[in-house]
Amino acid sequence: MLRSVFPQDILAEFERMQRQMQSVLEVSPSIRGLGRGGYPALNVGTTPNSVEIDAFEPGMDPTTIELSLERGVLTLSGERASMLPKEDEDTTLHINERFAGRFKRVISLPDDIDPAAAKAEYRDGVLHVSIARLETSQPRRIAVH
Amino acid sequence: MNTTATPTNPATIAAPTAPTVPTLPASAAQHAAEPSSDIASRAVPTLIPPVDVIEDSTGITLIADVPGVAREKLTLRVEADQLCIEGDLSMPMPPNLEAGYAEVQRSRFRRTFTLSKELDAEKIGAELSNGVLRLRIPKVAYAQPRRIPIQAG
Repeated sequence: MLRSVFPQDILAEFERMQRQMQSVLEVSPSIRGLGRGGYPALNVGTTPNSVEIDAFEPGMDPTTIELSLERGVLTLSGERASMLPKEDEDTTLHINERFAGRFKRVISLPDDIDPAAAKAEYRDGVLHVSIARLETSQPRRIAVH
Repeated sequence: MNTTATPTNPATIAAPTAPTVPTLPASAAQHAAEPSSDIASRAVPTLIPPVDVIEDSTGITLIADVPGVAREKLTLRVEADQLCIEGDLSMPMPPNLEAGYAEVQRSRFRRTFTLSKELDAEKIGAELSNGVLRLRIPKVAYAQPRRIPIQAG
């Protein structure tokens, strides 16, 4: 995708375009082009006891979101159906910015997470995933006698 | 006057299939916003929600992605010929959260559109479901296609 999921303002967009232009003008750009990994937008944060991830993917049926955790890697994928009506001589599509189709994003998690303690909730179009860290990795005080 | 997208007359909305079907009360649709609140909302840096806009013979359908915005935090306003969509993202975070990687760094969406004259801003219908806002803006009656019967004579 050549644009960010949520453009912030015109200056940030120009900066992004400038970076993309530079990579296009390289002698031998990557065979996979500029990279798609833009959808859904992700926010990842940590607390001492958990890793918290927010994926911004509105308009999904939560039962069709594929979320899996394997060897420390969280994979989020699915398909967002297009909500557009079929175009015929009566309808005109003026603006088409929303992403539709299959998506996949991968996040590597720190080593101390507990794979059995992952929870996910989908609300208002945001998938919130919370993975607890292993108990043994919590800092513990050692008493001195 | 700001109006939030709350359902005031659910009984008058035809066959809602989505869980929430808010509509703008017709009388509030044309009021101008208070200048101070408008300036305040412009001072906050905002995200621009991506939209799809489809026009057919009877009106325009606008679909916007506003993930993280609950119904009570979504504001739809019409001032003269401008439609403004604004919403606050609520991202509940545990108190000791350290952000590691954030692609969404602002907590407010805002986008405005200028509506052309044949669109009937008084009859905008709006629906918010799973972070997707769907607006239907019909064309005024005289702008809708009509067949004119031809009399034999």
